Amino acid sequence: MPLRAKVASSVSRTAAALSRAAGRGDGSVIGGWLGLKIDKDLLSHLAAGRQIALISGTNGKTTTTRLATAAVSVRGEVATNSYGANMPTGHTSALAKAGATPYAVLEVDEHYLAQVIEATHPRVVALLNLSRDQLDRAKEVAMMAQLWREALAAAPEIRVVANADDPMVVWAAAHVELVTWFSAGQRWTDDSWVCPECGSAIERVPAATDNGHEPAADWHCTGCALRRPRPHWTVESDGVIDPQGGWHRVFLQLPGRVNVGNAATALAVAAQFGVRPEQGATQLAQVTSVAGRYAQVERDGRVVRLLLAKNPASWLEAFDMAEEAPTLLSINARDPDGLDTSWLFDVDFAPLRGRDVLITGDRAYDLAVRLEVNDVPFRHVLTFADAVRAVPPGRLEVIANYTAFQDIRAELDRVL
Amino acid sequence: MSSNTVSSNSDLTIVWVYPDLLSTYGDRGNQLILARRAGRRGITARALEVRSDQPLPVTADIYLLGGGEDGPQALAAQRLITDGALHRAVESGAVVFAVCAGYQLLGHSFFAKGAKCSGLGLLDLNSDRGPGRAVGELAGEVDPRLRMPTLTGFENHGGRTHLGPDCAPLARVTSGVGNDGSTEGAWRGKVLGTYSHGPALSRNPALADLLLRWATGLNQLPALDDTWPDKLRAERLTAVGAVTR
Repeated sequence: MPLRAKVASSVSRTAAALSRAAGRGDGSVIGGWLGLKIDKDLLSHLAAGRQIALISGTNGKTTTTRLATAAVSVRGEVATNSYGANMPTGHTSALAKAGATPYAVLEVDEHYLAQVIEATHPRVVALLNLSRDQLDRAKEVAMMAQLWREALAAAPEIRVVANADDPMVVWAAAHVELVTWFSAGQRWTDDSWVCPECGSAIERVPAATDNGHEPAADWHCTGCALRRPRPHWTVESDGVIDPQGGWHRVFLQLPGRVNVGNAATALAVAAQFGVRPEQGATQLAQVTSVAGRYAQVERDGRVVRLLLAKNPASWLEAFDMAEEAPTLLSINARDPDGLDTSWLFDVDFAPLRGRDVLITGDRAYDLAVRLEVNDVPFRHVLTFADAVRAVPPGRLEVIANYTAFQDIRAELDRVL
Repeated sequence: MSSNTVSSNSDLTIVWVYPDLLSTYGDRGNQLILARRAGRRGITARALEVRSDQPLPVTADIYLLGGGEDGPQALAAQRLITDGALHRAVESGAVVFAVCAGYQLLGHSFFAKGAKCSGLGLLDLNSDRGPGRAVGELAGEVDPRLRMPTLTGFENHGGRTHLGPDCAPLARVTSGVGNDGSTEGAWRGKVLGTYSHGPALSRNPALADLLLRWATGLNQLPALDDTWPDKLRAERLTAVGAVTR
């Protein structure tokens, strides 16, 4: 490593440690920011000599990164940005902090994928999904797919692990030579009715149900050749089927079918580093919570479980994960959340009918109007503590968007 | 029966025009809200979604147009011009409520992907590109002839809209940009458009009821319990410092 990079890396680690010691943050951004000020190529220097996987998409990237890190760790030490700091500053901090490791698995914000590919020369890039997210500032879905497509075209040697169920992802990876397709299902389809290639309608054909499992729908464009590729990795009955047809039971401590899909993706990524699925699968059971998500905390006799849902697609997944129990929904619209709450009408809250639903957060009234139109009865509470008091002892499911989730975590004294 | 007439036992048919092209920001909300507010008054409403590869019915009562990206917006305008059903429906007195991209394409012309595109000419207005994107809370005092309280919404658009003499502004802007920083939206007859995007009716129940009155011909509708929409309105109008009334 050049001297400038060594100094920058050292400053980066020190700043991160100081930030943590001062209680100002977890240090996952500030260190990288300072390091990059001293050496703008620091990320490239830190990446050199490591085998790297990048994981990107609108939803599931933090969890999938955590699972893939666990699976790859059977081969050796893995550096990762486990706090969800998923922009180049966060990657720089993570690699500087980890020191020399043979492997790295990095979660990448979808807008930064091209830049991070260029800086880190990854061995594998995993593309999870693309859907609407923070529309008041994020790039529209089709534009995002176009950016990915260009980034991958510029780096033809990279292996891609991609979601066969999302037409936007398939189109983005269409010209890549080495693609491993996985099928993790796609519950949210409202952003891929129109073919990104030719503008015709995309038709979905629900697959026949077998083994009591709900298989992913087949799909094809009605106007051109774009269609669902045959997946190499699939999900079946709490297990993952590998490209050779072997079924591997996956024991997860994370809830929901969506996480079995994330596990399949993680094993497909790990396989690119030579990890056999049965080796990887045993590692996945060690993952209990991801940056506070899914964690269960006891408070006054209530078992509180926190689920993060930040856009329409992830709300549908959260309803699937949450148990039939009193459920608190909390919505903010601060800067990190996006200022626009219109997306609430893209979510069908009907699965919550029959549950005791409580609402809170800065924008509880937006949610109230939405739930009323959706015929979902609810109670409004002013604080998280009020919600805990308002439900009987037992389980309380909490589904919140980004800053609302952070607020509740803070109220639980960062014990997660 | 020809394929583009609607027959049903419902009192009202509410069509969401081209959800495959014009749907970005919870646009479905307006259809859900209208159907529910009708249902609460004992008026049965049928909600239809008509995709851009299907003929648009001419006999529906309310047509809703949502927001969209440049490409789909231009395509939607083209198909609606070719289809012709929306023009005929408006001639026979149908109600049209359009937001954002859907609003722009009701005019004579708009800009998409840097090119000037022909609109439907159902409202006397033209849209072009503004100096920057208008993103944020939008509020304005509504044309007194419509007898409605302050308009509140969220806007997110790069276009600016210039009204001709044959339509009237929906509101005078008190916060945000709207058409051009001074007026917002437009209406003529029973055709109404606004830059208040997505589920605009969620914050403006009086606007929803105006559309329902237009569609049913009823001068008055029974009042509904609007506790939550009213709390939301008060909160949003306070946030932008607008006076509530």
